[in-house]
Amino acid sequence: MRFLLSALAWILDPAHWAGPTGIGARLGEHLLYSLLALVLATVIALPLGLWIGHTGRGRAIAIGTSGALRALPSLGLLTFLAVALGVGINGALLPSTIVLAVLAAPPILAGAYAGVEGIDRDVVDGARATGFSERQIVTAVEMPLAAPMVLGGIRSATLQVIATATIAAYLGLGGLGRFILDGLPVRDYSQMLAGAVLVTVLALAIDGLLLLLQRSLVTAGVRAATGVET
Amino acid sequence: MRWVVANWDQVVSLALNHVLLSVLPILLSLVLSIPLGWWAHRRRTARRVLLSGSGILYALPSLPLFVILPVLIGTQILDPLNVVVALTLYGVALMVRSCTEAFDAVDAGVRDSATAIGHSPGQRFRVVDLPLAGPPMLAGLRVVSASTLSLVSVGALIGVPSLGYFFTDGYTRSFLTEIIVGIVGTVVLALLFDALLVLAGRLLMPWVRATDTRREDR
Repeated sequence: MRFLLSALAWILDPAHWAGPTGIGARLGEHLLYSLLALVLATVIALPLGLWIGHTGRGRAIAIGTSGALRALPSLGLLTFLAVALGVGINGALLPSTIVLAVLAAPPILAGAYAGVEGIDRDVVDGARATGFSERQIVTAVEMPLAAPMVLGGIRSATLQVIATATIAAYLGLGGLGRFILDGLPVRDYSQMLAGAVLVTVLALAIDGLLLLLQRSLVTAGVRAATGVET
Repeated sequence: MRWVVANWDQVVSLALNHVLLSVLPILLSLVLSIPLGWWAHRRRTARRVLLSGSGILYALPSLPLFVILPVLIGTQILDPLNVVVALTLYGVALMVRSCTEAFDAVDAGVRDSATAIGHSPGQRFRVVDLPLAGPPMLAGLRVVSASTLSLVSVGALIGVPSLGYFFTDGYTRSFLTEIIVGIVGTVVLALLFDALLVLAGRLLMPWVRATDTRREDR
């Protein structure tokens, strides 16, 4: 308890908030790294997942690749890319973004194809019978109905990315991981713990926001038919 | 390759440490999640608390958790126990959901027939619910195994020896081979664990292959 209180005192100290190494700036960097990776992962994984869900093709490959990626240690990939790309501290954003995007892609992909696959076949066939083109089926039927699941995938990806973005500090980048890694060698537990608390609170806060967004995405028709799902 | 041969003793001892740090969390998460999952399956309030609680637990970043735990459970910061406890928490967070859903998926008709032919609730759990929930639980455990083996290496940042040591050491020395050995070692261990789990599943649940005649009918 004593440590937790000292960590809270550390966070609440106004002197720790200001400047380029303050909590405010680190928070901003942390969000920036996370956002970059999530955008990259979404741009690649979302269309792919929708395509797999729509056509039913490539599902086994997607599952296999996702499983293999999960076994790949993030810290290993991070150090590997940093050394292999030969970028110094200045270019460290590249390996860190790639690593976080690799982490984020599988849940986004799974959310997208599971969301589309979960749609009642009759609904899709009905749309097709009414004269919807395949493109219209994807954009006007499958995407709205799959939206909550898609966002669910993005949500769990976000959670993992924000949590893991702490290791970017290992390459000399900023972000909330700085407090943990800077406190480690000098045994400054208040600072380390403060960093840990900040990351956790940030992750949960963003997760809460996305959960609200996810609930609001359930289409009115689905909500009326099934009641709001949790 | 020559580097691996020259440093073989270190590779083996770090890999062994990696395995030791992973085995306990994987087994514990299964053992703890079965009763928790059953509880969540039976009681609505328990389900709500356990499933949202495990969601929050999974939101805790691993590196900070390794750092927080000594404060919470009174261990030394470099105590490997921190890593074991942290990984067990993650494992349970993933596994409780799998177990709950596995019990949910057991056919109500099958359960009723078991009661009808005179099974007591305890017997029914042992000979009907648990075996039928086994295969999806195994699928969940395989995910836990892969993520545990990958997360152990993060412990290297706080000085707990595992194959993750090759990442930090290789990075400081800008020595690619060493990092690759660490990655390959971790992936090989993950595949090995996965194969063992599948094998254990076949031995413990021989009926899965015998009766799995479902065909895709969509």
